[in-house]
Amino acid sequence: MNLEISGLWLPLATFELELDARLTARMTGLFGASGAGKTSLLEAIAGLRRPAEGRIALDGEALTDVAADIFRAPEQRGIGYVPQDGALFTHLSVHENLCYSQRASGPGARPGLGYDHVVEILNIGPLAVRRIGSLSGGEKQRVAFGRALLAAPRLLLLDEPLTNLDAGLKDQILPYLKKIRDEFQIPTLMVSHDADEMVALCDEVLVLDSGRCVRRGPPAELFTTSPRPHHVLAKNNYDLGVRN
Amino acid sequence: MSSAAWQITWFTAWVAVVSTLCILPPGLALAWLLARRDWPGKSVVETLVALPLVIPPVATGLLLLKLLGRRGVIGHWLETSLGLEIVFTWKAVVVATAVMSFPLLVRTARVAFESVNPRVEHVARTLGAGPWRVFWTITLPLARPGVIAGAVLAFARALGEFGATVMLAGFIPGKTETLSLSIYHLVQLGRDSEALVLLAIAVALAFGAVWFSERLLRRIPA
Repeated sequence: MNLEISGLWLPLATFELELDARLTARMTGLFGASGAGKTSLLEAIAGLRRPAEGRIALDGEALTDVAADIFRAPEQRGIGYVPQDGALFTHLSVHENLCYSQRASGPGARPGLGYDHVVEILNIGPLAVRRIGSLSGGEKQRVAFGRALLAAPRLLLLDEPLTNLDAGLKDQILPYLKKIRDEFQIPTLMVSHDADEMVALCDEVLVLDSGRCVRRGPPAELFTTSPRPHHVLAKNNYDLGVRN
Repeated sequence: MSSAAWQITWFTAWVAVVSTLCILPPGLALAWLLARRDWPGKSVVETLVALPLVIPPVATGLLLLKLLGRRGVIGHWLETSLGLEIVFTWKAVVVATAVMSFPLLVRTARVAFESVNPRVEHVARTLGAGPWRVFWTITLPLARPGVIAGAVLAFARALGEFGATVMLAGFIPGKTETLSLSIYHLVQLGRDSEALVLLAIAVALAFGAVWFSERLLRRIPA
């Protein structure tokens, strides 16, 4: 993957998001406190938000280029997006959710991303006939992953995929994220404010603060191994958890 | 029940159905635009749409009469270019009830559209669905209870419309006889017992409409 973000300028309610970055890792983490602009950045990449300035290109193809008046609609970008709450379609069954993308079954399906394979890896086959309202938190999250994967995205955006889950569930979902990373080989950009998750999953991490990238590198270098739980560090100030 | 009473009942119900069906497409489109888009003149349109709720129905009827009458701007054009005559025909009843019930549909549907989480629509876009497919497969189904409630409200308003109808359609036996107009007319003539029959029918119709909508809403899982 080669995601180029240049001169991005996106005014938000309380600050401005400014970023220049070229992302090539298999799984990149966006780390920062809430309100650092992480979700807005994902939305800009997915085409759900128009920046005031700047250019976003994926594998050499411009998706957003304000100067050249280019803005590809979200449905034309081939970028999967799983928001924090999963945003499942509650009026449809699990199977209908999974097959919502017309690429899920048609000739456009990518090899290795067939329905049966994705469903098996995420262990959601038995849920297919269930209604969304009857799923547990962990099941919902896996269905949301599966739905995004079945659209055969070129890039997957995950917003806080583990945040709303309790500790036990996190440990259950984490292996699935590793499987997604290793099995499907889809470049992924993952937002989190938990250093543990970053260390466990990401090859590279960008630390965002008030809309700016203040540090960047492999998670093992960025985050000190502290006897204190990482999430405490993350809540206070990322600097506490970042090695100088 | 006399055949006249039957005829009046059918005509009233038929007019209410036609008027509700006529305002559904523009009403839902406008409700969606108000809920999901910002555009210049939005607040003016919002106010205009709400007007029939606040100004006296008879005044709305008079305004429609001035616009759609033979010498009215729209009425003159309709008659000369399309040969269409509105005023004092069944079409006038439909127009009057449609205008009067339009705000109820738009307001209710707008709230229903606003209650749909935009993030769910966003995800549908990233899954490859264009705005049109998102509306039909996500927004409308999720807003369905509110949209149905709005349509039923509009239908009920159309069933009972009086003020605007009497101005625009008059009371022409066999042509523009609705339940409300007939009840008023019969009471004026002192034929109270006939009016009471129509009253009972009006109550039954309204009861049926509300009962039907409640059943529809209950069948939709939360």
